[in-house]
Amino acid sequence: MSTTAPAWQRATQHRLFWPIVALVVLLAVNTINRPSFLSIRLQDGHLFGSLVNLLKNGAPLLLVALGMTLVIATRGIDLSVGAVVAISGAVALSFIASSPSPDSLTTVLVAVGIALALSFVLGVWNGFLVSVLGIQPIIATLVLMTAGRGVAMLITGGQITTVNSAPYKAIGSGFWFGVPVAVVLAGLVFAAVALLTRRTALGMLIESVGINPEASRLAGVKARSIIWTVYAVCALFAGLAGLMISSSTMAADANNAGLFIELDAILAVVIGGTSLAGGKFSLSGTLVGVLIIQTLTLTVTMLGISPSVTPLFKAIVVIAVCLAQSPKVRDLVAARRRRAAPTAAAAAEVSA
Amino acid sequence: MSAVQTPAPTSPPDPRGADTAASGGPRMTERLTSRVRLDRRYLPVVGTFAVLALMLVVGGSRYENFLSARVVSNLFINNSFLIVLAVGMTFVILTGGIDLSVGAVVALSGITTASLLQSGWPVAVVLLVSVLIGTVLGLVVGLMVHVFDIQPFIATLAAMFLARGLCYVISLQSIPITDESFVALASWSQQFGDGWRVTTAVIIALVVVAIAFYVLHYTQFGRTVYAIGGGEQSAMLMGLPVARTKVLVYVVSGTCAGIGGLLFAMFSRSGYSLTGVGMELDAIAAVVIGGTLLTGGTGFVLGSVLGVLVLGLIQTIITFEGTLSSWWTKIVIGVLLLVFVILQRVLVVRRR
Repeated sequence: MSTTAPAWQRATQHRLFWPIVALVVLLAVNTINRPSFLSIRLQDGHLFGSLVNLLKNGAPLLLVALGMTLVIATRGIDLSVGAVVAISGAVALSFIASSPSPDSLTTVLVAVGIALALSFVLGVWNGFLVSVLGIQPIIATLVLMTAGRGVAMLITGGQITTVNSAPYKAIGSGFWFGVPVAVVLAGLVFAAVALLTRRTALGMLIESVGINPEASRLAGVKARSIIWTVYAVCALFAGLAGLMISSSTMAADANNAGLFIELDAILAVVIGGTSLAGGKFSLSGTLVGVLIIQTLTLTVTMLGISPSVTPLFKAIVVIAVCLAQSPKVRDLVAARRRRAAPTAAAAAEVSA
Repeated sequence: MSAVQTPAPTSPPDPRGADTAASGGPRMTERLTSRVRLDRRYLPVVGTFAVLALMLVVGGSRYENFLSARVVSNLFINNSFLIVLAVGMTFVILTGGIDLSVGAVVALSGITTASLLQSGWPVAVVLLVSVLIGTVLGLVVGLMVHVFDIQPFIATLAAMFLARGLCYVISLQSIPITDESFVALASWSQQFGDGWRVTTAVIIALVVVAIAFYVLHYTQFGRTVYAIGGGEQSAMLMGLPVARTKVLVYVVSGTCAGIGGLLFAMFSRSGYSLTGVGMELDAIAAVVIGGTLLTGGTGFVLGSVLGVLVLGLIQTIITFEGTLSSWWTKIVIGVLLLVFVILQRVLVVRRR
């Protein structure tokens, strides 16, 4: 950290300061617990190590959380992503299982295409309910959340479909130039979303819709199409995450694939400083949020605590972060800072 | 949002007088329109009732013994805990909030009951403690929502993780309940007439419904709940105790979840940390199908009870059908949810 007071203060006032501190603390706990935690080694041209695994396991959550960030920025929410994850995996694996040559690249590409297309259609459906019919996002996506797992069960016939297909397995467990394919995919999507929203006006339009859809519409922003697109994209990302999850286990479990991933994703988005009230979003914040949740899960396991207790720690982190971000606490802190301001200003003069 | 869509005069029962007073002269047309508008408030509940009746008729014509006292009694016995949850959820949703923690609180209350009984606590104390756990969690959520301005969605999500995590801290395994007096209480049932039967759980559930009905429609607290849902700003300007009421609805919902957990423990004779996963969604679905607007301000406790019965009846019909797999339940619930949400939407648009 910087030695001069103003820079230090600027750092602590940054939105992502406390989330990053939480992440660093978690990583430090892991390193103290097992000093080899941070080491990454190259084996057979592939990267190995706890951190690589952390990123690989976090890739699906990052994809879902990215879509969720955009949806939340428009003052919406998408509860159906877990169901979409299940449906996407079920469709892809059922198609591969029923095809004569599960190992051929064409089969896998077609399966991936069908699964992604279906996910996109489900997102279009959500977007239609929200943007055209004007139904509240929570309830509109609750419909698909409830029915979606049933649909996934219908596709797999209530069985856990398992297949052997080398090209499909590569999505979740393969390596590409030494880096896990899942991480590469999630990274590419992250970069694409970041470029599209921050290098074009799209991000600002999304935020304007989140602040006031009616005013944006009057100002000439196509609010309806933006909201519609955001839900479609969110489901598309969830579909891709579903492919990764089903590929790393090579089994389509309609009941458990992506269970609670919507809650984890919302959590990651909130930890990252994106307000549920819409109107502003932070992609880097979401990335940090996802890393915190993944590291937290890993830490609990590594410390030898039963993984079932993880929700308790998640609750503590959420409550802490939300309280730190709440206006009331901020006002209190600001009031204290104002009282301390004269001394700080004096210190700044001295250092200058 | 709700303040824009539904102006204050949607809250029953006082606006009746306000409406006619505002219309001024005894002109026939205006009086007619105001009467139609009043009827419209009951329309979703009437719709729920129609669906329930239709399902009973269809079931009765398709299967033998369907329209029997035994089936109807079992409908109440098997869904008593859900009725209590839906009642609590109605309070929260009427104010425009949402409570995602009820399923986890059910598990926490149930496993506390089982574990305290196992260690030999007297039944009366155990019952009280289990319900109070829900009350305390509800209070915490209410304070987070009100004092720290955290969105209900996130605050109850945190409470959900907290309760679920605490469950695992208490026990990872299912704890059977063998305490004699508790089992006697749980298995008590009264037969009357031709096959009608009530259990302790049903009586408790009906008492909760009766109390909730009285509180919502005949007390100041109840009217304030409706007023907050109709428009929080207006309610505050009217000098109603908005802050206290907003905290209290979560206390009510938490208490109901505590009672629900107790009833579920009676129903299953055990406490298990995985019970009630997704139960909050069933409760929300029941409330919505029962005709309560998610934007708040409009809805009835008895409607929510009807909603629970509809959900229960879907399950019963699918059991009677025999060949249909259980996942059809989810799909049908999703479709019903959609129909009711669209119906509500149409009503809101018309009213505007």
